[in-house]
Amino acid sequence: MNSPVASNESLVSVENVEKVFRRGSEEIHVLRNLDLQVAQGEFLALMGPSGSGKSTLLNLIGGLDRPSRGTLRVAGEDLHDLPDRKMAEWRARHVGFVFQLYNLMPVLNAERNVELPLLLTHLNRAERRQHVAAALDVVALSHRAKHYPRTLSGGEQQRVGIARAIVTDPTLLLCDEPTGDLDRKSGDEILNLLQALNREHGKTIIMVTHDPHASARASRTVYLNKGQLSTEPVI
Amino acid sequence: MKYFHLVWSNLGRHRLRTTLTLLSIVVAFILFGFLSAIKQALVGGISVDGNDRLIVRHKVSIIQVLPASYEPRMEAIPGVAAATHFTWFGGVYQDPKNFFMQCPVVPEEFLELYPEILLPEEEKKAWLATRTGAIVGRKSAEKFGWKIGQRVPIQTPVWVKSDGNHVWEFDIVGIFDGKNKNTDTTPLYFRYDYFDEARRNVKGQVGWYGLRVQDPTRAAEVAALVDAEFQNSPAETKTEPEGAFVQAFANQIGNIVMITAGILGAVFFTILLVTGNTMSQSVRERTGELGVLKALGFTNGHVLALVLLESCLLSVIGGLLGLGLARLMTSGGDPTGGMLPLFFFPTRDLLVGVVLAVALGFATGIFPALQAMRLRVADSLRRM
Repeated sequence: MNSPVASNESLVSVENVEKVFRRGSEEIHVLRNLDLQVAQGEFLALMGPSGSGKSTLLNLIGGLDRPSRGTLRVAGEDLHDLPDRKMAEWRARHVGFVFQLYNLMPVLNAERNVELPLLLTHLNRAERRQHVAAALDVVALSHRAKHYPRTLSGGEQQRVGIARAIVTDPTLLLCDEPTGDLDRKSGDEILNLLQALNREHGKTIIMVTHDPHASARASRTVYLNKGQLSTEPVI
Repeated sequence: MKYFHLVWSNLGRHRLRTTLTLLSIVVAFILFGFLSAIKQALVGGISVDGNDRLIVRHKVSIIQVLPASYEPRMEAIPGVAAATHFTWFGGVYQDPKNFFMQCPVVPEEFLELYPEILLPEEEKKAWLATRTGAIVGRKSAEKFGWKIGQRVPIQTPVWVKSDGNHVWEFDIVGIFDGKNKNTDTTPLYFRYDYFDEARRNVKGQVGWYGLRVQDPTRAAEVAALVDAEFQNSPAETKTEPEGAFVQAFANQIGNIVMITAGILGAVFFTILLVTGNTMSQSVRERTGELGVLKALGFTNGHVLALVLLESCLLSVIGGLLGLGLARLMTSGGDPTGGMLPLFFFPTRDLLVGVVLAVALGFATGIFPALQAMRLRVADSLRRM
């Protein structure tokens, strides 16, 4: 597994981070003076009501957006001033995303979807196929490798999404409501899988969720309300 | 190459839309091929061997005749290496639709001045020995099924024989080939001495002259000397390079190059809009997916290249199909039965077409590609 930070260091270090969006002349403070440390190997659940800034925080940690103020250090890299190109390369190397709506390419079969992040590596076709097969094996979908997303169930599509997220062996898995669009049974399968990735493969996972049942699988839960963190649930 | 599958799969996203766009590109390139062939037929008959040749015609019009006696005077002008003359015969074989070019010429002079006419030595000797002999290009010989030794009647409304007959008979003594593809192998050439003696009117007059200059770089100077020689005579001349003469001949129906460029410009502008719209629509529909690619680590440059590759692939496939079909459809030669003897889609224009296909792909793809490149990841993910 990738190990970009010493084991006693935080893999994710968010200090005094603010995120402000502008709508015309109005400033919307989505995150305010936020501090968060996530250790390597941790499975963190991030909960909070809609509009509390969960996805914004996840986007910042995943290098999809930049903080307005504050320090954000992930996997040994200060993300604040990283140029776009470097940021994209950093994401490809360190972050695996799992989305609520799976976000698979409808024109590619499961195997080709999982292969996408590997196109950015120097692996040849045979090596890429090996990695893809291993990732599909982890999510127990080897038998559906040639199937297109439209022929897969929601749970299967999410498993393909997870295979795509782990195929490059990233440092950090960021999951944005990974069970939000699934029934309880499929959701449980996905949570089992994430838990196994955390426990057996040592993956650091940050999962945004609304669902207490899902957050119960995490090793720690933090709550976000009006742009600020707390360890207590929001009433 | 590793991105090819992704690009190819995206083209299959909306099969009907892609097929219709592809068809419009194919049709545009078929039209390109046909117009190239027509242009080639009308203005492309300038032989590569002819860059040292000038044409001398009547100053007023090509249909006005010049005295045959001008020939020795032309040969005496400094810089002129050789001269010969032609006259428009304007005949048909059996049926008005079998129209093709015939000209009375002086055989030795003609063959010497036009080395691209390939005639076997024994056939040349036969031509020199037969007063009513004629040589015909391979294309017409095959078209009419003529063989050496055959006597063929040609009817002309222009020239009447001394016995009042409009039908002239010639003995086919040779069949010539062209040294290159641009050489017209449809005409029939027969002997001027037979023609001049047998015609009832306008004896001693010819249609135009062909000259070879000693130094092609001094062609303009020689042309001026020729025209000066016959200035203030009853038949003043206009001397110009062979290419300009052929062009002027074709331009009797308009400026061919301008017409074809105009039509093609309109067609390709329309295709640019159609394909550009398809690509823009395709990118708009995929905003979320492009955001996912960026989230996975694809750089802005990657996304730009992927969209550009997609539009170029679409355009190149359509272009190659269109150019291939055009080549196939024009391979049968002149579709008019004699009006466009050099009707073919030249390889040079085929290559221009390939470049055009790539350029079209680039032009139609660049704006959607820039649009895709500038997408902010977080914004585009929200649009999934």
